[in-house]
Amino acid sequence: MDFTFTEDQLAFREAISRFLMTEAPPEILREIWDTDDGRSPELRRKMAEQGLTALSVPEEQGGLGMDDIAWSLLTQELGYYAIADSMADTAYVATGLLNALPADTPRRDEMLSRIAEGNVRIAVGHSVNPLIADVHLADVVLLEHQGEVHGLRRDAIGYERNPSIDSSRRLSRVTFHPNADSLVLGAEQGRAVWAQTLNRGALAVAGQSLGLAQRMLDLSVDYVVQRKQFGKPIGSFQAVKHHLADVAGKIEFAKPVLYRAAHALARGEANADLHVSHAKLACCEAAWLAGRHGIQVHGAMGYTWEVDLQMFMKRAWALDSSWGDRAFHKSRVANAILAPDAPIGPQFTFEG
Amino acid sequence: MQLTYSAKQQAFRAEVRAWLKANVPSKPLASYDTREGFEEHRAWERKLYESRLSMVMWPEHLGGRGCDLIEWLIFEEEYYAAGAPMRVNQNGQLLLGPTLMEFGTEEQKRHFLPRIASSEDMWAQGWSEPNAGSDMAAIRSKAIRDGDEFVINGQKTWSTRATFADWIFGLFRTDPQSSRHHGLSYLLVPLNSPGVTIRPIKALNGKDAFAEVFFDDVRVPASNLLGAEGQGWHVAMATAGFERGLLLRSPARFQQTARRLVELYKANPQVAERDPSVRDAVIESWMGAEAYAQAAYHTVGLVEKGAKIGAEASINKVIWSELDLKMHETAMRILGPYGELTGEAPEAVEHGSWLEGFLFAQAGPIYAGTNEIQRNIIAERMLGLPKA
Repeated sequence: MDFTFTEDQLAFREAISRFLMTEAPPEILREIWDTDDGRSPELRRKMAEQGLTALSVPEEQGGLGMDDIAWSLLTQELGYYAIADSMADTAYVATGLLNALPADTPRRDEMLSRIAEGNVRIAVGHSVNPLIADVHLADVVLLEHQGEVHGLRRDAIGYERNPSIDSSRRLSRVTFHPNADSLVLGAEQGRAVWAQTLNRGALAVAGQSLGLAQRMLDLSVDYVVQRKQFGKPIGSFQAVKHHLADVAGKIEFAKPVLYRAAHALARGEANADLHVSHAKLACCEAAWLAGRHGIQVHGAMGYTWEVDLQMFMKRAWALDSSWGDRAFHKSRVANAILAPDAPIGPQFTFEG
Repeated sequence: MQLTYSAKQQAFRAEVRAWLKANVPSKPLASYDTREGFEEHRAWERKLYESRLSMVMWPEHLGGRGCDLIEWLIFEEEYYAAGAPMRVNQNGQLLLGPTLMEFGTEEQKRHFLPRIASSEDMWAQGWSEPNAGSDMAAIRSKAIRDGDEFVINGQKTWSTRATFADWIFGLFRTDPQSSRHHGLSYLLVPLNSPGVTIRPIKALNGKDAFAEVFFDDVRVPASNLLGAEGQGWHVAMATAGFERGLLLRSPARFQQTARRLVELYKANPQVAERDPSVRDAVIESWMGAEAYAQAAYHTVGLVEKGAKIGAEASINKVIWSELDLKMHETAMRILGPYGELTGEAPEAVEHGSWLEGFLFAQAGPIYAGTNEIQRNIIAERMLGLPKA
């Protein structure tokens, strides 16, 4: 029993964090998000050079062969630095989907190699999301049709863009005609792959939400330490302290839930759905509270476009309902724990 | 990350499970807030001790098994799942014991620790005073050195089960010129000493759950000083950290409450139709208890790798106390008009145990440092916010 990370996992996270701190500060993100496409090929290339896109591509295809457990740390960094959806969707969610395809699936290995090299963007369309993120620049779109997996180039689908309040988001409604050429995997096996993909998408969002929560907490701490009223930093007032202490509590207690879920997914545990939904709910709740209390302690400044809090807060709001909204994940938890003879209680923490 | 138990850990779990199955009384013991129940719980502690299960983490020569933190978590999981009696001597076993191990003289350790493990000595705590609650450094009770003795005068309050206990430990001002956290000493005092008067305080449940303790020229030998004279604050705080907090309220306790709550909810399906928010509260309760368990395993892993845990202990305190409250509030909503029935009521559900738990849960956010104080600690020590 060892519920901690390896030195390697922690070192990789640290390296990515340092890199993103320099390369993706809020002022750069604002510039990127202000463009029509909202993406920077240059930033993408640099992230690939750091090994981010290769993280869970198998070693045979030029990747690092790491699993969901490593991603539970990395997605927090993507969230903390508000890296747009395409990165997690390509490098984590789509890679996971491709990894799950039968080894002889045409173009699978080639696609994985290209992900590792960092020169492909893949959008993933699961029916739980009515709109699909980052279709507008995708080289390939992986889509669900009645349990089947279809893969199409962007020029083979129709899409209509739907602006989001989160300036980093680029959402589209996709229409397409599934056909024999686009079919990658039949429904029988496809359903299992999509179920796993849904969990991976939810976990990617959970990790990012937790990172966003931490970022909003850090911004809020910085603000209340320097902002003075009544001759003192407002951070010395109990009402303000307690708002932020509550956010810290939510974050600290969401982390292990995220890690537990990542482990369940990586090892293919039978109760992975339950743990993933728990993690999604806990992490999104932390982010939601970090936003609410964050804006409160920022006062009127928090309601402005100018202060960076809004960038992270809006992203947290947007992600809250992505890859399954609260109702979806709460139902999954309820179905698991309210089932007759559900293995719950103190003896089943790791043996449910 | 590797989340499976070793063969040794599984064997330990199986042994504890079998022992509890054979030994947990089928009928609940009387409340340990009564004289009769207190002694019943002492006898239960003795039974645990005889199978070296009262303090599994203590070394073998003290009657324990030298278990690590993971094995301790396993023990707790089995203990609470078996519905075993509440632990009556936690003050001695979890608060004083570790302090003795760190600061006690060899003679103090040899004398007191085995008697704590076996609950031959039952301990009450003497921290709070009428004017020293959240502001504990405002302690005024004095212990003045007189040759080989200390002479104690003053008053302690909120001493849990002091009405029935044998000893009290606490902080006393040994330097009368001192103020705040200076000049305090950690003393061990027999409650049958001449000059000690105990006035029980009835708690919400109508029982003598705690007491005021008055000291009127009470003499204790200087050998009852724990740690250096004048260093009492340091001695008391040194073991106030994570381990103590976690040990005091292990996650298993709350996971068991959550499991019972799920069962209570399933047994009362009509409630969900009348008030759908109850179902939500049940799910949230389970998730909260589970998160606490996972956080404990994660932290234990970090501690085993040498990490030092600081203000996170305050987060734990806030989380478990508010979770306990939420779970019991939810149970009361499910029980509806039966919630108010005491254990004596013929129609009481589960011997009125939800009501007992609900009452006790009201104290959770207050004792062991109020949640307001804990949130200040989180904000100041973890987040670095300035003091008021």
